[in-house]
Amino acid sequence: MLHLIFQVTLLCVSLSMLGLIYRVIKGPTTPDRVVALDAIGINLIAIIALVSMMLDTYAFLEVILLLGILAFLGTVAFSKFLEKGEIIERERDH
Amino acid sequence: MKNKVKTNDVILQTVTNVVAFIIILFSLKLFFSGHYTPGGGFIGGLMTSGAIVLLLLAYDIKTVSSILPVDYKIVTAIGLFLSVATGAGALLFDVPFLTHAYDYFHLPLLGKTSLHTAVLFDTGVYLVVIGVTMTIIQTIGVSE
Repeated sequence: MLHLIFQVTLLCVSLSMLGLIYRVIKGPTTPDRVVALDAIGINLIAIIALVSMMLDTYAFLEVILLLGILAFLGTVAFSKFLEKGEIIERERDH
Repeated sequence: MKNKVKTNDVILQTVTNVVAFIIILFSLKLFFSGHYTPGGGFIGGLMTSGAIVLLLLAYDIKTVSSILPVDYKIVTAIGLFLSVATGAGALLFDVPFLTHAYDYFHLPLLGKTSLHTAVLFDTGVYLVVIGVTMTIIQTIGVSE
């Protein structure tokens, strides 16, 4: 029974990822694509958590935190590029 | 993108001050748990350089190099030296190159602890990964 619930939840998360992939491909502006990629990263975390519950293992729990950090870093880097045109500045306020 | 608007990154900088410490703690946890659970020197070094990259994103190269005044090429050299020295140290005990040893020690606060020379080798890997990653990122970032 619990396995069926996991499978249905995985299906729902996969469908929402499909919708986000549509937004990445179709999205009219670049910020749409960045936000959709960030949400795909979060959905990937949900999928990893569900799969680690289905496989009954603790081995993937580091991956969850890792993907959260990487999604945050990537989104911040993209946003800074969109706002300022450069990601790492040599010196601020000049 | 070319028009230089004076922006105020106070939210990003405040979040960075908190999150960078959490990322560094997580990377140290990954590094020290590498023997028994997933983790190790490579992913720990990548996460530490991820924290430094977050600092570089929120501030700038000059501020970060005043916070962390290290030359990352020297960090790479120290890491390579540690790894080679751990391997060569085995030759002193008449065993083949890169033979590791471990034993149990009674430390004052930690109690019975198993100390393994593979940790020293892993520290070399950790330092090399940090050095190479940060050298690449800073070299690309500085050129205009």
